[in-house]
Amino acid sequence: MKDFADIEPGLALDDLIVCPQCDAAYRFKKPGNGERAQCQRCHKTLVAPRRNAGLQIIAVAFAVLFLIVGAAYFPFLTIDAAGNTNAVSILDAALAFSGGPMIFLSLATAALIIFIPLVRVLLTLYVLIPIVLDRPAAKYAIPAFRLSEAMRPWSMAEIFAIGCAVALVKVADLANLGFGPAFWMFGILVVLVIAQDSFMCKWSVWYRLEHPKTS
Amino acid sequence: MVSSGTSQNIVSARELGVVACRRCTKAWPLGTERCGRCGKALESRDPLSLQRVWAYWIMGVICYIPANLYPMLQTKTLFQSDESTIIGGAVELAHHGSFGVAAIILFASVVIPLGKFWAIAFLAISVRERTMVSKGMRQVLYEVVEYIGRWSMIDIFVVAILSALVQLKTLASINPGMASIFFALSVIFTMLSAQAFDSRMIWDVQAGNGARSRDE
Repeated sequence: MKDFADIEPGLALDDLIVCPQCDAAYRFKKPGNGERAQCQRCHKTLVAPRRNAGLQIIAVAFAVLFLIVGAAYFPFLTIDAAGNTNAVSILDAALAFSGGPMIFLSLATAALIIFIPLVRVLLTLYVLIPIVLDRPAAKYAIPAFRLSEAMRPWSMAEIFAIGCAVALVKVADLANLGFGPAFWMFGILVVLVIAQDSFMCKWSVWYRLEHPKTS
Repeated sequence: MVSSGTSQNIVSARELGVVACRRCTKAWPLGTERCGRCGKALESRDPLSLQRVWAYWIMGVICYIPANLYPMLQTKTLFQSDESTIIGGAVELAHHGSFGVAAIILFASVVIPLGKFWAIAFLAISVRERTMVSKGMRQVLYEVVEYIGRWSMIDIFVVAILSALVQLKTLASINPGMASIFFALSVIFTMLSAQAFDSRMIWDVQAGNGARSRDE
C-alpha cells in the first residue's frame, strides 16, 4: 500500500470500490452469497458472489472443454439434395474461406468459434482449481485470468450457433438437412458458456488471487 | 452497498483523488501507474481514448464501403452462376416475395452497422460538446453498442456455414465473395472502436453542460 497522505483521513483505499464503467466510488461492503452489489448510477453489477460458484464453474468448464473438442471434430450438419450429400464439421465451416487473402478470414473464424473459447476454458480451469481447493494461487494465475478476461468479447461460439439457425433457414427449402452429433453438442455448449459467464464473479476471483490461502 | 454519498450525490473516484483499475475495480492513489493487483495500466481519464475511438471508427467505415460493393456470396447452380452483394441479395429475395427475410438481412447487415457508426460517433462527440441526451441514456446507448458489436459477426458465420455446407459438386455450390473479408474487418474495427471509448467520460461534468441536475 502506498501512503494515503493526500486522501481523506480515515478513508482507506481497501474500503473503496469503484465502478469501472462510470467511475462512481462506493464504500465497500461485501454482499452476502446470492446478493449482488450494483452501481447506483449506471447499474453495472460490481460484486455478485455465489455459494460454491467456483466448483460450479469448474464443473461447467470441464463439460465445455469436452463439448468444444467433440463439436469441432464430429460432423455437424449434413446436406442431401438429389443424391449429392455433404457433411461438414465446424472446422470445415471455419476453413470455408480459402484462397488468397480469404485465408486470414478462415483463421479468424476458427479462432473466434473454437480456439478462443477453448483457451478461455483452459485458463479458467488453471486459475480456479487452486482457488477452489484452497491452495496457493497457481503460478502466473494473475496474467492467466487477465488474458481470459481480455478474450471474453472475442469468444463467439454462441453467435456461431445462432448463425447456424440462420443458415438452416436459408437452405432448408433447397435441400434436405440433417443434424450431426456436433450440432447438439454445440447447442448444449452455448447454454453452458452463458451459464459459466453468469456464475463468474470477477471481483471475487481478483480478491482471492490477491489474498490467497497460504495453507 | 453503502454509497460514499447519497444516491443524488455520487462521488467519482477522481474527485476523491483516487484512480481505479477498470479491470479489477481496485482503487489506488491518483498517479499510480499500474494496478498492483492485476497489472493493468491505470489512467484516471485516458486522454488518448478519443483518438483511438476515431482511428478505429474511420477504419471501420472505410472497410464497410467495399463490404457493400463486392459480392458477399457467389452461388453456382447447374445452369447459372450468380454473384450478389448484401443489398443486391436482399432486393432479389424481396422480388421473390420473401419480404420478411429480406427485411431481416437489410436490418442486420445495413441498419445495425450504420447505427453503430452513428452511435459511437455521437458518444465520442457528446463527451466534448453539450448535448440534450442524459448521461443515463448515453450509458445505455454505449452498453447496447458494446453488446451488439459482436453479434454482427453472424453474417460472416452464415457465409462460412453456407460455403462449407453447399458444396454439391455440379448441382449447386456457394462460395464466399470478397465482401466477407471487408465486412469482418469492419465489424472487428467497430468493436475495437467501442472498446477504446472510455465510458467514464460520459459521467464527467463538462464545462457548460449543466447536466449535473440530470445525473440521476
